[in-house]
Amino acid sequence: MSTVFAGTEKNSDEFDVNEMIMHHIKDSHEFHIMDINGHAVSLPLPIILWTDNGLVSFLSSAFEHDDSGSVIVSRKGQDFVKYHEKIFYANNNGSEKFISYDANGNIINKKPIDFSITKMVFSMFISMILLVLIFVSTAKTYSNSRKGEPTGLGKFTEPLIMFIKDEVALPMIGEKNHDKYMPFLLTLFFFIWINNVMGLIPFFPFSANLSGNIAFTFVLAAITFIITTLVANKDYWKHIFWMPGIPVPMKLFLAPIEFLGIFIKPISLMIRLFANISAGHIIILSLISLIFIFKSLWLAPASLFFSVFISLIEVLVVAIQAYIFTMLSALYIGSAIEEHEH
Amino acid sequence: MSLIIFLQETLVDYGAFAAIGAGLAAIGAGIGIGQIGGSAMEAMARQPEMQGKLQGSAIVLIAFVEAVALFAVVVSLIK
Repeated sequence: MSTVFAGTEKNSDEFDVNEMIMHHIKDSHEFHIMDINGHAVSLPLPIILWTDNGLVSFLSSAFEHDDSGSVIVSRKGQDFVKYHEKIFYANNNGSEKFISYDANGNIINKKPIDFSITKMVFSMFISMILLVLIFVSTAKTYSNSRKGEPTGLGKFTEPLIMFIKDEVALPMIGEKNHDKYMPFLLTLFFFIWINNVMGLIPFFPFSANLSGNIAFTFVLAAITFIITTLVANKDYWKHIFWMPGIPVPMKLFLAPIEFLGIFIKPISLMIRLFANISAGHIIILSLISLIFIFKSLWLAPASLFFSVFISLIEVLVVAIQAYIFTMLSALYIGSAIEEHEH
Repeated sequence: MSLIIFLQETLVDYGAFAAIGAGLAAIGAGIGIGQIGGSAMEAMARQPEMQGKLQGSAIVLIAFVEAVALFAVVVSLIK
């Protein structure tokens, strides 16, 4: 058992649960697959940097699994070190230490702009390829079938697409305009769902905590925000800045609140998905690491049972979260283009 | 008295406060989910023919309440 987790026990004999979980939750420049006899087996991913001397790219294996800023990689006359999954310019003043800190313990080294294909980006590419394969073959089944009936994969995807149309787009956006937003809503739903599900599969090349990454959810929420703001009609802005039908002091009071609401809505979308998926990963990993915390094999059946139980709940949760994100996006878009009669 | 000592000791270690915060959030979410579940069951008992719709919306509402608890968990994780 100790050999399996030897990689995380490098610094001390104590198994650091916090570090193991955070390592899994966060993004990384290499895709760690497993440890064999203390040696990490991982897929090196390309590091792409925009530096002072232009574009620099190399494989992350050049850092030799180092994440403490002690291995230097030199490219184009510049030295780089990796410290806690961030790439810095290394000190070249001949000192032993490649990273310098200020009085508060913050790193003062400069950072190049990092466009690397990280674990999350790699995982996102896989999910995109899967989505394209699934939906292109679904589309093909319709051209082959005679009466427009779903066959093959279409039998799986058509009910889901009809669900988004009937339960999300029609009631939230309305009969007249829903067609225009269906592609966006479907993309949102299936993209979030497939990434959530891929995060639950515990082996390579899945298991990346992509939809539990706040940058990922931020971009999705930002797209909803931009669409809502761009398509919003006169009534929407009027209801925010000069709410009709209430006395003037109340209007003045409500305007700033409603204005903040424009931003709070997408922010809550962002945090909801991020928190739910991250929490799911953390819970499953904590249950499994109970075995290593108590150093007892007898705890394994209970730990296994609970993690399987939570995993099954997570299968439900990830689908619900994808649905909720889509539904709320549709609701916000619907409220922006709604026509009022008064 | 022991509470003061406890607070003094834990003032250094914010992790304890984070755990208390997460626990409080769990209490709130528990009450919320309980309310939703109870009301949904009651409604289903009154109108069994609406069971499908009630179940669906109850699950969605539970996910909303759960999200609020998870906001708190995220805040306590950040410390």
